[in-house]
Amino acid sequence: MGPIGENEFFFLMQGLRWTVLLAIVGFIGGGIFGILIALLRTSKTKVARTITAGYISVFQGTPLLMQLFVVYYGVALLGFEVNAWIAVAIAFTLHASAFLGEIWRGSIEAVPKGQTEAANALGLHYVSRMKDVILPQALKISMPATIGFLVQLIKGTSLAAIVGFIELTRAGYIISNQTYRPLLVFGIVGAIYFIICWPLSYAGSGLEKRMAKAAR
Amino acid sequence: MTYTFDFGAVLDRAPELLWGSLGTLGLALAGMLLALVIGILGVVARTSKSEITRTLVIVFVEVVRNTPFLVQIFFIYFALPLMGIRLNPTVTAIIALGINGGAYAIEIIRGGVESVSRGQIEAGFALGLHKADVFRLIVLKPALRAIYPSLTSQFIMLTLTTSVCTSIAAYELTSAAQRIESDTFRSFEVYFTVTATYLVISTLMMGLFALISRHYFNYPTR
Repeated sequence: MGPIGENEFFFLMQGLRWTVLLAIVGFIGGGIFGILIALLRTSKTKVARTITAGYISVFQGTPLLMQLFVVYYGVALLGFEVNAWIAVAIAFTLHASAFLGEIWRGSIEAVPKGQTEAANALGLHYVSRMKDVILPQALKISMPATIGFLVQLIKGTSLAAIVGFIELTRAGYIISNQTYRPLLVFGIVGAIYFIICWPLSYAGSGLEKRMAKAAR
Repeated sequence: MTYTFDFGAVLDRAPELLWGSLGTLGLALAGMLLALVIGILGVVARTSKSEITRTLVIVFVEVVRNTPFLVQIFFIYFALPLMGIRLNPTVTAIIALGINGGAYAIEIIRGGVESVSRGQIEAGFALGLHKADVFRLIVLKPALRAIYPSLTSQFIMLTLTTSVCTSIAAYELTSAAQRIESDTFRSFEVYFTVTATYLVISTLMMGLFALISRHYFNYPTR
């Protein structure tokens, strides 16, 4: 058995950096495409609605791990010389865009119909109606679910470990193999995830309770 | 781009994929049952008179829900042997799935139990129903109906999560895929086929859950 010293801890922190970076890239990328998906999903064009509905159910009906594998090897087949980091980031972006798209579709539909009618009556065109009237309200409604998904995404980045990407969980696995102290190492790794995720979960459920009270 | 797809190499191994799928279904089913048991026990413990028990349940739920399943399964995989318990990877995976799903089930079931109003229970007793009937007809069935959508979507998630169990070499579809990949080097074809298989599995499960719901919960509420 080896000790868990400064070096090991530093290695874990380096892994943590990738975990945080992956989650941020996935969340921002997924957010940008997610809005697009949500708008197409609620558009008047039937083709757009059907395609986005299919996109969402494929990503919600298959394991994230498989999505990682398919994108990881698929990107290589397309002939792009990309490193593992870009491939994994693309996979998380696609994954997040489907889930956020579905969450935001729900919140757009949850905005009272009168708001759309009022915007139309005021002569606002589509862009202004969405940007100034519907989306700000939808965003507020979606906050608890959006935060909930962010937590899921942060936990999901751990699966990049199975594709060989050295983020926090993989770093923990390597240290555990070196020191033969799996319980201590995975205990620390779990605690780090908890410290990041729990405040987010807490804020999300607090928001949900407050909004439920306000709605009553 | 000179790559030619060769799905034949993957389809040659179809029997293995089929056995893997059955392994996945088995893991999912056993995991769901364990999750339900943990969920129900947890809700009962959550209403216990002892503050320590109640706090322990809350801590359990929060820890499980705020850490990745992969870390949990590694922890359990290494912890059990240290406690002198030697199990094969598949049983270890079921325990991990049950613990993970159980934490979510506790929160879902608790919401359902809280949704049954006191007045209805009192009305049941006033009508002269037995305690067992009050529980079965007035508490259990409406509560089940209330939690059914979230519980079943949690079960679908659990089924998809079984793919992570490949990390401890449990017997299921993803580990079958990894074996075929290392033999054929047809990575994309293998994972594409297996992803489609998962989509079929989860779609069938969703259909089955919807069918059960239509059959069992088809009664007017007001």
